[in-house]
Amino acid sequence: MLDTRILDELRKIVGTDQVATDRQDLICYGYDATQMEFLPDAVVHPGSTEEVAAILKLANREGIPVFPRGAGSGFTGGALPKGGGIVLVVTRLNRILRIDTENLIAEVEPGVVTEQFQLAVEKLGLFYPPDPASLKFSTLGGNVAENAGGPRCVKYGVTRDFVMGLEVVLPTGEIIRTGGETYKGVVGYDLTRLLCGSEGSLGVITKIIFKLLPLPEAKKTMLTIFDSIDGAAKAVSAIIGGKIIPTTLEFMDYATLTCVERRFSLGIPAEGRAVLLIEVDGDRDLIEKQAERIHEIIRPLGLVQFKVAKDAAESEALWRVRRLVSPSLRDVNPDKFNEDIVVPRSKVPDVIRRIEKIQQRYDIPIVNFGHAGDGNIHVNVMIDKQVEGQEEKAHEAIAEVFRAALDLSGTMSGEHGVGLAKQPYIHLELTQAQVAAMQAIKKALDPNNILNPGKMFPVEI
Amino acid sequence: MLNRKVIDLDPLKRIENELKKCVKCGACRANCPAFAAYGKEPAVARGKIALAQHLLKGDIELDGATYAAMSKCLLCGSCVEKCPNEVPTDEIVMVAREALAKERGLTTFHQAVGRVIRNRRLMNFGALAGRILGPLFFRKVPATSGLRLRFPLPFVGGKRHIPQIARKPFMDRHPEVIPGEPGKPRILFFVGCMTNFVYTEVGEAALALFRHLGCTVIIPKDQQCCGLPGMSGGDLDTVRGLAEKNLAALERYEADYVMTACATCGGALHKFYPAVIGRKHPELMERCRALAEKTVDAAVLLQKLGLNPEETGAGDELRITYHDPCHLRTRNITRQPRELLTATPGVGLAEMAGADRCCGLGGTFNVYHYDASMRINTGKTEAIVATGAQAVVTGCPGCMMQLSDGLHHAGSRVRVLHTLEILARRLRKTP
Ligand SMILES: Cc1cc2nc3c(=O)[nH]c(=O)nc-3n(C[C@H](O)[C@H](O)[C@H](O)COP(=O)(O)OP(=O)(O)OC[C@H]3O[C@@H](n4cnc5c(N)ncnc54)[C@H](O)[C@@H]3O)c2cc1C
Repeated sequence: MLDTRILDELRKIVGTDQVATDRQDLICYGYDATQMEFLPDAVVHPGSTEEVAAILKLANREGIPVFPRGAGSGFTGGALPKGGGIVLVVTRLNRILRIDTENLIAEVEPGVVTEQFQLAVEKLGLFYPPDPASLKFSTLGGNVAENAGGPRCVKYGVTRDFVMGLEVVLPTGEIIRTGGETYKGVVGYDLTRLLCGSEGSLGVITKIIFKLLPLPEAKKTMLTIFDSIDGAAKAVSAIIGGKIIPTTLEFMDYATLTCVERRFSLGIPAEGRAVLLIEVDGDRDLIEKQAERIHEIIRPLGLVQFKVAKDAAESEALWRVRRLVSPSLRDVNPDKFNEDIVVPRSKVPDVIRRIEKIQQRYDIPIVNFGHAGDGNIHVNVMIDKQVEGQEEKAHEAIAEVFRAALDLSGTMSGEHGVGLAKQPYIHLELTQAQVAAMQAIKKALDPNNILNPGKMFPVEI
Repeated sequence: MLNRKVIDLDPLKRIENELKKCVKCGACRANCPAFAAYGKEPAVARGKIALAQHLLKGDIELDGATYAAMSKCLLCGSCVEKCPNEVPTDEIVMVAREALAKERGLTTFHQAVGRVIRNRRLMNFGALAGRILGPLFFRKVPATSGLRLRFPLPFVGGKRHIPQIARKPFMDRHPEVIPGEPGKPRILFFVGCMTNFVYTEVGEAALALFRHLGCTVIIPKDQQCCGLPGMSGGDLDTVRGLAEKNLAALERYEADYVMTACATCGGALHKFYPAVIGRKHPELMERCRALAEKTVDAAVLLQKLGLNPEETGAGDELRITYHDPCHLRTRNITRQPRELLTATPGVGLAEMAGADRCCGLGGTFNVYHYDASMRINTGKTEAIVATGAQAVVTGCPGCMMQLSDGLHHAGSRVRVLHTLEILARRLRKTP
């Protein structure tokens, strides 16, 4: 519980309406997409960088934990107020400050919703590629803090690759700028990159300068179905080996296909074992040629279906297969653990095979789909928490999946981050020395450990 | 710890399994008009579901803060449509409001709503009183065909622009059975209060169109309010009473269809009777389902029966834009009215941005949250005006009232019409 003196100070900083302590409000800021829940002591909605700074100064002085929060769509609990404290919601900072069409940059506040920003720049013929599946509701601040990725990252890179500069409030309340508006810049450490993916533990992002691209003229969507997972995997390497970098290379394994087909009867051929959804973008003539070339390249690889969308509506229809994955998974089992391992592109079939073995050993359904182009696979461990022992079994299976990814020179998480959900496994990937280096940075910037404490690293520093 | 008293959670227990489906992903944040207006989680579906779950766990009460959160919902269903797990938040909110009403009593406004909608005679009297006393309280708004309150009234507020009440309710003007040609479909017309008392021209247009097709139209005189205003306040006892009367009224005749020209009434009969009333009173479920199956929106039925708008519709040039009522959109009725309208001679359709977005009325939401309701409506008004259309056309008298209000406040001369009015223009000369 925060005492009334502190609550009064918070109210003085942001205004009475912007501090909530009703139990109902606390509940509504105690969850995110991980389905864990913790109650904060207060929820504060600052309206400016200065207010954020004042809140952090106060919290730092009083030793009160602060949990930055965007849309609360995180998959690892980064925004969850474990242990109580203040949830600092940045969504009132939601202005697009400028879009500079000469220098192809934009400056935004962190609470802008990803898709809103994309639509705004596209109106001007510009392009902001990072496209997490949550783009209709996630915030840009959350995207930077988690270094979010999406289907288009094969070709364009992840959020980090578009961040040029930040305004950040440090845990002690100082406001600093990192990076800037120039493509080049080598003065001092690259704090911008450090903050990308820092999961709200090193500072609160209050402004972001993004790099933009010209909007590609057109795109083309292809739905391809293979008679084996190896065929699909070979197709990925063959396409890229053939000097075509598609915008998107989404794949779905047999288990996923079965789920979708059982629920929605889309008419996927019975001999289909894996799906690749391929998209290319660029000049109209170029992508026509690329689509033909892709067809030639993958035809010998056990292709059982090849559909090309003629227009936006057909493209949407092809994407439907991918979008229906989530709703159909529930039919397998009510609860899921959604992991997002990455392996080098060429090792996707190996890791899928290993996951199949893990699934057999633990006797729980595991459904895989994701971004084949960059080797990022969403591994969904489907369980029923009501069934005694299943949750424990799932955790063991997940650890095995992580080991498999690491064995194949991969990583535990490509997009979702560590937060609370992957905290217990972090030692599988990072050595003591690595963790110590990271914790030294944390301690230097946040001496009182008030900003998003208790996350990422297994032990409290 | 909370000092808890025992609260009646039976209503919420009925939907416990639906609550479990929500994984708190946040997708509802993208589409919720109430969330867009308030910007805070208790206003969005995910927040309300979390609160319902905590109510069941017993660690919050049906108190003011719970009430405030649950009241911030327009029952527009956009969260349900876009929810990856198909969580029926609209039903959950209705049920939560039922629990709140049981615990805290109905608000004075909803008591009044209940009294009025339960009682057809009172409603008739109210309409009469409104007509006679109207000039005392309202002044005519010259720009549009509506009225504006002279003084703020309780529940209404000084700013709301109220449509004019009809001289004679629609149902009083027609016999119960209007025979058509033998062998042609028999149609039960569920009129709805807004059409009966306010937008009677919508009823007349429906009648003219179905008679043109040779249908027998039956308007059971004992039909009541659909009950949605009561449902939105959690007054499920009233709604159950109304549902039973409506079931009886609509079961009295053999007919092929039950037709509605009001999206909201259609939504009640088609969706909420089984989902809310049937779920609560299993003995009524089968009848609710049977009625739901027969219920069809007027535009959909006209298309199905092969109406040719070239024979019945407008003649002179009219640039229109179309607003999707939530209670049609959530039933996937977006294409049919547009197809009929664009097949009408002289009619040009210019789509507005966000045609599928809620107008902000939300049953009785606009009464408690008039300012938020109009904030939601502002975007709508701007989108309508931006099309340069002469009229905005829609399929719900409730939306018609809200759209007129918004346009009026913006000083716009864009008219508000029902789809059927355009389709029946040649049959009825007006408008
Ligand atoms: C259905 C669904 C699909 C998803 N798909 C993808 C996907 O394809 N790719 C992907 O990468 N992720 C995906 N995610 C995960 C999630 O949406 C992303 O991690 C997103 O970037 C989180 O944004 P948010 O605004 O919701 O942040 P939150 O969940 O609110 O916060 C996430 C983290 O960022 C921190 N944070 C938020 N704002 C700030 C700020 N201004 N300053 C400092 N720290 C801050 C928080 O403290 C927390 O640690 C998906 C999630 C869902 C529910």
